[in-house]
Amino acid sequence: MIVSIEQLDGIAAEHTKKTGVFGKTVKICCGTGCVSSGALKVYEKLSEFINAEGLADKVLIKKTGCHGLCERGPIVVFGDDEILYQTVGKRNLEDDARLLLKTIREGVIAENLLYKGEDKTKRYVSPRDIPFYAGQTRVVLSQNGILDPEDIEEYISSGGYRAVYKALAMDPVEIIDWIQKSGLRGRGGGGFPTGTKWRSCKDAPGEPRYVIANGDEGDPGAFMDRSLMEGNPHAVIEGMIVGGYAISSHQGFIYVRDEYPLAVHRLSIAIDKAREYGLLGSNIFNSGFDFDIKIFRGGGAFVCGESTALMSSIEGKTGEPRAKYIHTVEKGLWDKPSNLNNVETWACVPHIINKGWEWFASIGTPESKGTKVFSLVGKVKNTGLVEVPMGITLNEIIFKLGGGIQGNRKFKAVQTGGPSGGCIPGEYLEMPVDFDSLTRLGSMMGSGGMIVMDERDCMVDVARYFLKFLVDESCGKCTPCREGVRRMFEIVDNICSGKGSKGDVEHLEELARAIQLGSLCALGQSAPNPVLSTIKYFRDEYNVHIEQKKCPAGVCKALTTFMIDAEKCTGCMRCASECPVGCISGEKKKVHTIDQSKCIKCGTCYDMCKFDAVKYA
Amino acid sequence: MVEFAINGKKVTAEKGESVLDVAHREGFDIPTLCYHDTLGSDGRCRLCVVEVRKGNRKRIATSCLYPAESGIEVFTESPDVLLVRKTVLELLLARCPNSETIQYLAKEYGVTQARYRKDNDKGKCILCNLCVKTCELNVGAAALGMSGKGPFKKVTTPYGEPSNDCIGCGACVAICPTGHIYIEEKDGVRTIWNKRFELARCPKCNRYHAPVEQLAFIASRSGTTMEQLLICPDCK
Repeated sequence: MIVSIEQLDGIAAEHTKKTGVFGKTVKICCGTGCVSSGALKVYEKLSEFINAEGLADKVLIKKTGCHGLCERGPIVVFGDDEILYQTVGKRNLEDDARLLLKTIREGVIAENLLYKGEDKTKRYVSPRDIPFYAGQTRVVLSQNGILDPEDIEEYISSGGYRAVYKALAMDPVEIIDWIQKSGLRGRGGGGFPTGTKWRSCKDAPGEPRYVIANGDEGDPGAFMDRSLMEGNPHAVIEGMIVGGYAISSHQGFIYVRDEYPLAVHRLSIAIDKAREYGLLGSNIFNSGFDFDIKIFRGGGAFVCGESTALMSSIEGKTGEPRAKYIHTVEKGLWDKPSNLNNVETWACVPHIINKGWEWFASIGTPESKGTKVFSLVGKVKNTGLVEVPMGITLNEIIFKLGGGIQGNRKFKAVQTGGPSGGCIPGEYLEMPVDFDSLTRLGSMMGSGGMIVMDERDCMVDVARYFLKFLVDESCGKCTPCREGVRRMFEIVDNICSGKGSKGDVEHLEELARAIQLGSLCALGQSAPNPVLSTIKYFRDEYNVHIEQKKCPAGVCKALTTFMIDAEKCTGCMRCASECPVGCISGEKKKVHTIDQSKCIKCGTCYDMCKFDAVKYA
Repeated sequence: MVEFAINGKKVTAEKGESVLDVAHREGFDIPTLCYHDTLGSDGRCRLCVVEVRKGNRKRIATSCLYPAESGIEVFTESPDVLLVRKTVLELLLARCPNSETIQYLAKEYGVTQARYRKDNDKGKCILCNLCVKTCELNVGAAALGMSGKGPFKKVTTPYGEPSNDCIGCGACVAICPTGHIYIEEKDGVRTIWNKRFELARCPKCNRYHAPVEQLAFIASRSGTTMEQLLICPDCK
């Protein structure tokens, strides 16, 4: 049991001593992305080699949380960011593990495992030099690729739980003041000032009070919260203890979707360990303050990310939202004052307490402080997690960190904010990324999903995709969302199938406005955003679909026909071998043809052809 | 006491009273479907929306849930309110094209035809939840619930099977605003929610009047004997 700062320091010192005997450290990313690319096999194979060589007492092999560059996983990092190897074990596990061993023993760098950059001309040794990492400011993710998330002592030795110690000596009102002055705003999407929320909850009458961490991340393509819970669960727990103390709550809940088994597993270990060390439970640091946390596993409904639906779900009721004319800080979980924040918001708290509100407020823009984690996905070269200061431009994120568009195609739009957000076109690439700028553009920050689209993405089809998602995920409680969104889907689906008619776009706009105004919760109120933002910036594309029955991007199957240009086709046979339905025929060095009756219009031939011989109309 | 305005008229209300209750008391016409005197509302149908102005802010709110507050200005028929109501009614008309209640209300708001494909699998159910709530809170049986989500949401007994908890009282039928729930009485048997109930005969007039299970349920809760309950309300 830890009751004093000396004991905390003692554990840290002992841990440093214990790990100090190892001459070398190898960190293997064991986030979900890298695990699915085979990181655990790399870990086992390397451990086997190390043991066989009798190096087990000299080399420390660590399983860490997500490093961020998921596109190039499994990622292995040596020492203190000295060398980064990517796609380890992808070609040949045995060979790559031997190369790792060689690096450990002889310090020889395996060039074929180095990151080669977007244009493949330069090899980077240290992750510090890779633009993807160099352009980031890591606060929340700062320990993500370094710590073993299952080892509490490691978290303590990296400065962990100092914020709890410091906060417990502060006046709760002062803590709230600090959070307020730091400018921290909710990372789950809304961007509501966290300090204001805490204060309202503290001032609301009623006992007991609850703190809740929202880890029900559900936006397609988003995995920030997941990586945080998997990679540094103690940061979330520490933030919640501070929050609990500030608002006089003794019980916390972490709501995690059950589709995140690794997050549930690592959070469970972290909570058990924190209890064992006396950092959760009664009389934390001899302060007289009691606090504990329970994990609540969600069933995977998107709507349960909405605060009132989430609370309803914890109560054991159907995950349906309720009107928030009386806020959840006053009447939330079991009608008691409840303070809910996103896991990323909670993870910011220890940093603010440790380094001071002035430090946090010095990062970002006047209205949006600190950093934000984004999951950069879609047609960008470097997909993965990036943490950047608020106010950075979209251009920097997509082209500098993300390395630009795959295949050097033309950028078309970036979708931010998930199904509640919208698509932002190229002319706004220089816009700073902060809560208010994105909202002004008709999109939103959301929880931090960023889907990059290129000229081969049809914006009507994108709207159709998000509407389909929302139809499936609407809880069905209120009429505008349940009935209205599916009717919007029907209209957009018709447009994509070539059955659109004049007036459809205006009808969509009218319906969208009624849904925005009339829906019960934020899911319904924001459901029309993907449609409205694509109409706003890509109205022409809708019109071409409706009037000319054409899909300019060649995506909508009913409106697209792929053909081979006889003059350009060299008969290389690439398209024929890649076609998933085998509908392309032709002999070597002779012009190929597509059997239209079998073609599923997937566009693989178009994407594969190096001679621009495949056309679509 | 709080004081505020509805369509420019000054009104007073108890703190916490809903805007809808105040408006109805003052004679303003606000349509509702999922609201009931004894059960309140969850804000499902969205028909009772009004525009609430507070300083420079204006919002569309469901009057059934919005608590009366000093100084607010409520408008029951602003353009935004009418847009939401018309849209809700058009959407419900497409969902339940055979519901006379919806047809009538829609017509009142100028909607005679829905621009959408008519559903043929939803009956007249608008998912107001009143049947579920009356069964649980007024009857105390809790035999009904909602299953599924989004467009697939529906009212049902657990797994759609005849429910042990259903006492066949028909309170759900009585409260349903659209007449969706099927009930049939024939040869001394009532059929509702896929379950058959034997009807009790009044020993005085010899008429069938209530399911035996319902009378047994009342007897167990109230302490009134079965003999007393068997006598129909007309003969008491």
